Order: sequence, then structure tokens, then C-alpha cells
Amino acid sequence: MSSRIVNWFKFSSPATFYPLAGRLIPWFTAAAVITLGVGLYMSFFVAPTDYKQGEGYRIIFVHVGTAWMSMFIYVVMAAWAGLGLVFNTRVSAMMASALAPTGAMFTFVALWTGALWGKPMWGTWWVWDARLTSELILLFLYLGFIALQSAIDDPRRADRAGAILAIVGVVNIPIIYYSVQWWNTLHQGASVTVSGQSSMETVMLWTMLIMTFGFWFYAIAVVLARVRCIILERERDTTWVRELEGEVQ
Amino acid sequence: MFETFLAIVKRDLILAMRRRSDVLTILFFFVIVVSLFPLGIGPEMNTLRLIAPGVVWVAALLASMLALERLFAIDYADGALEQMLLTPQPLSLLVLGKVTAHWLVTGVPLVLMAPVLGIQYDLSLDGLRVLVITLLLGTPALSLIGAIGAALTLGLRGGGVLVSLLVLPLTIPVLIFGAGAVEATVSGLGGEGHISMLAAILVMALFFAPLAAAAALRVSVE
Repeated sequence: MSSRIVNWFKFSSPATFYPLAGRLIPWFTAAAVITLGVGLYMSFFVAPTDYKQGEGYRIIFVHVGTAWMSMFIYVVMAAWAGLGLVFNTRVSAMMASALAPTGAMFTFVALWTGALWGKPMWGTWWVWDARLTSELILLFLYLGFIALQSAIDDPRRADRAGAILAIVGVVNIPIIYYSVQWWNTLHQGASVTVSGQSSMETVMLWTMLIMTFGFWFYAIAVVLARVRCIILERERDTTWVRELEGEVQ
Repeated sequence: MFETFLAIVKRDLILAMRRRSDVLTILFFFVIVVSLFPLGIGPEMNTLRLIAPGVVWVAALLASMLALERLFAIDYADGALEQMLLTPQPLSLLVLGKVTAHWLVTGVPLVLMAPVLGIQYDLSLDGLRVLVITLLLGTPALSLIGAIGAALTLGLRGGGVLVSLLVLPLTIPVLIFGAGAVEATVSGLGGEGHISMLAAILVMALFFAPLAAAAALRVSVE
């Protein structure tokens, strides 16, 4: 009976997780290529031109997905970090540090595409809107996490210090978000709002969802590849890495 | 348990009094930063009155970041911190004691100095009063949140800059509500809501920050 239950802790060891990640990467890469290909085709050729925003609105297919991913990845990162702190599993902490650069990249892309979209639509690259501001703060949180981990030489200490920071950050995110929102409404009447299309056309919505899934698969593939590098780097003195090296040579 | 807390506060206060120049440095940093803004922006009183709450608050934020580095560093260097970790008393209580002493030494002078700087910017009497109240509620919250960052970066190279990078994003709500209360009062809207939020943040920080800082200290000192 017990043999039927999947032992998830089996994959908490770097030696078993490394080959599993290696097997998963091609699948997620393929899924990412297909969904992003289909999504990009749909966003350029299938989705109709917006009657108000013209062709420029198409950048939203990249923008919304990356913004979603940027927030989602921070929560996932904190969850992995918390898991590593609780169960003291090494791979969890490695996953957290592998997620951080991808999350920061998505945050940056979301901000950048938002600026590119804002210039023709609002006539300005940047407004101190609540969402833009909190996305910028999210980028700072990612950079803080990465900076802290890279400043600590001992990887075990880096893992746990980063985990505490990530958890403190996750607790703070709702507070920051609502305070920024309140600050924004108090300072100025909402001259521009980001939430425009509530009655979005179905094709546009599907394109956006497919693009988001594409980003999701991409994130998984990249993070697994990065975590494999981290595993090899940290476990380079163990016998199984030596054996792996022997096989390759 | 309360005695331990008091003992830590007293010890840290005595230590700080023996090295008064450190405290004064932070206070002068605060004064200089606030005084620089009119030189950069121009002596237009209307503009200055408008930016006063933000400038004073940002300067207080930076000054308290500057002070954080020494919160645990000296005890870490001479080994006293390790002894504290070994005591049977809960570490979060000791952290709370250290943060309290730290705030009394670095935060309270800022609060006392702020009205003088507010007069430089021609703030109204109501504005000055609210500025003092918000700083009184906000600076302990800054010290508490900052303690997490200080504990995480203990003994790292470039810890001072790093601690700012970690802590400043987390202190944004304090800044928003602190400066917002003064601004709301000056513009006649009334800052009670902001002050209540600031008090709520302080209560939350009082409870959670010592726990997180204690966990961080255990990670940093092994």
C-alpha cells in the first residue's frame, strides 16, 4: 500500500532532482515554444484591431502576462523559501534562488512594456499610478533578494537569510499595495486608470491567456535549467556529480 | 522576563552614552539632508511648504537606515551577541530590548529635532504637531523593520548599502502614511486616518519584527 504513495521527499535530494529536472526541461521548452508561437501569431494576426487604441494595444499581450508572472513568481519563490526553511531541504532553497532572476526579468519586462504602451496611449512614459508604483517596488524587492544572496558567501546561510527576506516581503506586499493605492487616490484624482477593458473580446482574452501560459512554461523551463546549474555548482564535491562527470567525459 | 528587557535597554543606553558622537552624527545627517533641499530647489516658500512633510520624512527614513548598521554590529564583533543567543530568555525579547534602546538613542532625537526643521519650511502649527506625532509612531516602526535587515546583513561586506536596499522597499507604507498625515493636516483634510494606519503598522511591527529579526540573527550567527 505504501508503495503507491508517491514519496515527494524523494525529489528533495539534489541527486534525484537533477535528472528529473533534466527530463522535464525539454517538455516545458517545447510547450513554451508552441504556446508562445501560437500566442504571438494570434496577437499579431488574429486579434482584431482595437477601435480605441489602434494597433498599439497589442503590446498588452506581452505586458499583462509578464505582470501576472512577476507577482506570481514572487509568491512561488517565497513558498519554496519557506518550504526550505521548514523542512531544511536543499533543493527548495535552490529553487527559490533560481526563481529570483526570472521573476525580476518579468517585472522589468512588465514595467518596460508598460512604459512603451503608456507613451502612445497616455502620452507619457511613466505615471505614478498605484499599479505601476507597486510593480516598481516589487522589482526592488527582487533586487534586494538577489543582492542579499550574492553578498553571502556561505550558501546555507544565503539560503536561509534569503528565505526570511522573501517571507517578510510576502507579508509586506499586501500592505505596500494598499498603502500605495491609498496614497495614489489621495494625491490625485485618477487621471488615468490601467484597468480599461473589462468587456474584452474573447479572441483577445484567449490570446492573452495563451501568452501567459507560454510565459509560464518558459519560466518553468528556465528555472529548472538554472536550478540544475546551481545544484552542480554546490554539489561539485559529491560523488554523484563526480560520477556524472565521468559519464559525460 | 521584563527585567531582562530592562537590563538590555539599560546596557545599550549606557554603551551609547559612552559613544555620544555616533548619535550626534546621525542627528546632523538628518539636519543637513533636510537643509540641502531648499538649496537644491530654491527658497520659494510656497514650494517648500508643499514638500516639507515628504522631505522631513525621507530624511528621517535615510537617517534611521544609516543608524541601523550599528544595531547588532558592535555586539557581534565583540562576541556579546553570541552570549545573548545562548541565554535561556527568548531571543525576540532581547531583540526588542536592543531595538528599544536603539530607537531611544537614534529615533527620539530625530523626533525632537523635526519641529525645528519644520519651521525652516514654514509648516503651520498643526502641521508641526502632526509631524511630531507621526514621527513618534513611525520611527520605532522603522527601527523594528530595519532590525530584520540589520540582522540579515550582519557581518557581510558592504552591509550598510545592502541593508538600505533590503529595508527601504519594506518601509514605504510608513513613509506614505507618515508624510501623508502631515500633508492631509496641512491641506485641511485631517490626518487621523493616516495616524491610525501608522499606529496599526507600528503594532504589527512590534509583534512580528522581533520574531523575524531573532530568526535572522540565528541564521547570521552560527
